[in-house]
Amino acid sequence: MAIPIYAGKLERTWYYSYRIICALIFLFLIGPILIIIPLSFNVQPYFTFTPEMLSFDPAGYSLRWYEEFLASQEWMRSIKNSFMVAIAATILATSLGTLAALGLSRAEMPYRALIMSILISPMIVPLIVSAAGMFFFYSSINLAGTFLGLILAHTALGIPFVVITVTATLSGFDHSLTRAAAGLGANPRVVFFKVMLPLVTPGVISGALFAFITSFDEVVVAIFVAGVEQRTIPLQMWGGIREQISPTILAVATILVAISILLLTVLELLRRRSERQRGLTPS
Amino acid sequence: MKKLLKRSIVATAIAAVSMTMMTTAVQAESSLTVVSWGGSYSKSQMRAYHEPWTAKTGTKILHEDKSGTGLAGIRSQVEANNVSWDLVDMLEGNAMIACDEGLIEEINYDEILAPAPDGTPASKDFLGGLNGCFIPQIYYATLFAYNDEMFKGEKPSTIADIFDLEKFPGKRSLEKIPAGNLEWALMADGVAAKDIYDVLSTEEGVTRAFKKLDTIKDSVIWWEAGAQPPQLLSDKEVSIASGYNGRFFGAQVNEKQPFTIIWDGQLAEIDGWVVPKGKLTPELKKYIKFITDTQRLADQSKYISYGPARKSSASLVDKHADTGVDMKPHMPTSPANFTNPIIKNAEWWANNNDDMSERFNAWLSK
Amino acid sequence: MANTYSKVGEMTTNDGVPLKISLQRSQRKLKLWAFLLVAPLLIFITISFILPVVSMTMRGVENPQVANILPNVVDALYVWDGVDLPDEAAYEALVIDLTAGRKNKNIGKVASRLNYERSGMRRVISGSSRKAAKLKEGPYKEQMIKINKAWGDVTTWSLIKRESGAFTYSYLVAAVDYKITDQGDIVAKSEEKQIYKSLFGRTLMMSFTITIICILLAYPIAYLLATLPMAKSNLLMILVLLPFWTSLLVRTTTWIVLLQSNGVLNDILVWMNIIDDSGRLQMIYNQTGTIIAMTHILLPFMVLPLYSVMKTIPPSYMRAALSLGANPVVSYVRVYIPMTVTGIGAGSLLVFILSIGYYITPALVGGQSGVLISNMIAYHMQNSLNWGLAGALGFILLVIVMIFYAIFNKVIGIDKMKMG
Repeated sequence: MAIPIYAGKLERTWYYSYRIICALIFLFLIGPILIIIPLSFNVQPYFTFTPEMLSFDPAGYSLRWYEEFLASQEWMRSIKNSFMVAIAATILATSLGTLAALGLSRAEMPYRALIMSILISPMIVPLIVSAAGMFFFYSSINLAGTFLGLILAHTALGIPFVVITVTATLSGFDHSLTRAAAGLGANPRVVFFKVMLPLVTPGVISGALFAFITSFDEVVVAIFVAGVEQRTIPLQMWGGIREQISPTILAVATILVAISILLLTVLELLRRRSERQRGLTPS
Repeated sequence: MKKLLKRSIVATAIAAVSMTMMTTAVQAESSLTVVSWGGSYSKSQMRAYHEPWTAKTGTKILHEDKSGTGLAGIRSQVEANNVSWDLVDMLEGNAMIACDEGLIEEINYDEILAPAPDGTPASKDFLGGLNGCFIPQIYYATLFAYNDEMFKGEKPSTIADIFDLEKFPGKRSLEKIPAGNLEWALMADGVAAKDIYDVLSTEEGVTRAFKKLDTIKDSVIWWEAGAQPPQLLSDKEVSIASGYNGRFFGAQVNEKQPFTIIWDGQLAEIDGWVVPKGKLTPELKKYIKFITDTQRLADQSKYISYGPARKSSASLVDKHADTGVDMKPHMPTSPANFTNPIIKNAEWWANNNDDMSERFNAWLSK
Repeated sequence: MANTYSKVGEMTTNDGVPLKISLQRSQRKLKLWAFLLVAPLLIFITISFILPVVSMTMRGVENPQVANILPNVVDALYVWDGVDLPDEAAYEALVIDLTAGRKNKNIGKVASRLNYERSGMRRVISGSSRKAAKLKEGPYKEQMIKINKAWGDVTTWSLIKRESGAFTYSYLVAAVDYKITDQGDIVAKSEEKQIYKSLFGRTLMMSFTITIICILLAYPIAYLLATLPMAKSNLLMILVLLPFWTSLLVRTTTWIVLLQSNGVLNDILVWMNIIDDSGRLQMIYNQTGTIIAMTHILLPFMVLPLYSVMKTIPPSYMRAALSLGANPVVSYVRVYIPMTVTGIGAGSLLVFILSIGYYITPALVGGQSGVLISNMIAYHMQNSLNWGLAGALGFILLVIVMIFYAIFNKVIGIDKMKMG
């Protein structure tokens, strides 16, 4: 992509304007997310930069919205709920999804396309339809307004991501490795645990992360299925944004951005590890 | 492979069991789930009703802000035979529908509600709205308020002014439902308050109302939650907004916002409690008796400017608990404010809401 | 016993079973194994997801109220010709059903159900049920007509008869802006009540617009990411992945903060003297705001598939085209872009399907012109409580999405879907 020295004037202009266009698009992607971070430290209850903030006067900044957030019982409870539901849904989705992916990646799997379509349907069906359906159905079997109901709903929504990532890892899986291991005298169990599992693990973990974030960030189904005791962070935010955006929401948003940076880092490290292990050279 | 299968089954089972345990643990202590409208209104109920009751009996009150979708909630819970709400704050019109549908308990007023201090039975003490299932709580008004800073010269004072964009520029904020807006449109178009529902009952009347709304449609930001209008006014996103008088009052006294309420054409309505079917337990009866007695209803008006639904509470209306503002002049029912009200016809809306909403939504989307 | 299968000249395994059969057996066993691994999840998804969705769409045609709550009326009307008022038997049945409905407190369900079909039926039914309970003895015909003159109107009865079946198509008809007349004809609703057709149209149109904008924005940066050296592109990739992993509500909030009248963007414009303080731009609570926010939210779904396709195209192709003397623009259009079509297709359908069903962002920033069909479904679920209509609208939405999914599956293949 580097511009050759012999490039003409036109090419240079094109090269630089292309770079500027790209920079603007990246700004569009990341700018809005970064802008709320300083705003969450605003001492005033406004959503814009005050003159004090712009002149970097420390008096313009404060932690008051974070304090308000930490002091709020409702927010604290919603954090607990969010983590509890997301972790339970992740465990369920990952274990069921990984098993299924192992089956799906076998060449002998019957009705593969049909089953795959069913398994990833929670990703395809519009959320509002899923949410309304779950509301009726879970109400009728006394699961609406319970943790179990919300966990099952979120598990269903997270499963497609687990199935897709793990199947993708398995499809890149070099079966000559298992044959080699078997040929060298390893029994099938040893082959599975010593050869296959280590190679699949990164896929499973990234699938689990997807399932986690799906539940952690989910709001439409929660609006319909969760009761007052199951209020999660997104539900709390949804109520807050609809009623009035207190800057507390910006503080929460900043914390959530920090969480997503953390998840992103984990995922990136996993990807690198997996590439190293599978002997893929970064191209 | 089998081992893996076994492991995941064990993991799943553990997850399932621990979830069930968590769920039951939460439900163990004695509590009532009360559903209301949220914001400063719920806060007034907490301070006037719930906190004293918890202090007295130890029963916890779980608060859920779902009255906006209260009827849907009750309907689905009753249909599923799984009612988790004990008491729901609801408008009179919706209570009529719920009562007709058999979703809520019928109330024997003199048995369940406490008499007035002078011994007057409850059925004689309440100002109205005792229609079988509904327990009235407050008289409130939906009305207009403006931000003083947005109008330098003349200030709006009538419903007709709301629709006059030339004289009073700026955006308006209205609730995203037909109720109220249709009445005000007709009033602005010259229909007297007492004739509004007769006019609205004709096809031409409805068309006339929508035509009037057309004149401001492009300048309207629609709100859906009661906390939005004061917010929109203080952010100066709009210059005039419709909203609940108690919320505007709260912004005036608690947050010192420069708002002025236009009492002309206030849409007066009763709001109160209903009990979902099967929930009228002895414990709840005691609680209802407590929160609807003369003193408690008067207490609520210390926190928000809604008129108590009992005659005997009126004389007990006092000063605002936090700021010491005299509450009487802020009540929608005080004579100075009650000069040109529209009394909301709950029955008319129970019958025509489906039709009007359909037309309203179609009109909005055009 | 296995030996009975063996014939001379056929290949057999050690224990004498023909190889073909033995292979088939082990094949079947493997199949079973594979299926057993998938089965738990399949059962789970079917119960926790497929069943609810199917039952939701079924609500669009189910019609139990009249048949269950007015059973005697339905029986009495079975033989009714539909021309003149029904006879005394029907009125007696009506009184019995209304009285029972009042006692069982489910009369309101019929009242609400029929009110969707014709405004005012709620009052007719619930009012009459209150009074019918007090009637002492027959004949009831006169008395009922006196209670409410609607009972003297043939169309009231034909409405009840029409909606007495266990299934109805009236919700589906209503979901495309048609209605059933008293005579049973299906006609378009009056102009001022039409909404869903244009709403479906708007939803498709906005999804289309968002998809196009996403392609235009994603293409340059995906190309940049795919052609930069690894170290640099990994760094830039974070700028795509961070939004992707950030909460949807956070991203919607930031756009409210940025775009509202007193928001950051308007402040900057005022400060730069591009607009004056009273002329602040309305960029949110309308279609523009919805499109901007949704594009931002869905853009990573376009960048990632495009990037993974572009990554596989060796740069030598382009160099070859260029060195053979092709005009750079022509070589891009003729050589490079065709090679990325699968990426464009995967990204577009992903973005398109997601935006058709979007609810949260339009609900928060859509105002009146940015609302999509999902919001209307939520409205009927929570506010109007017309669950049948919500079911019918959901069904249509689902069918539209399935069509696009089928195209996607046919053209690209769901196996090609990659995450991150």
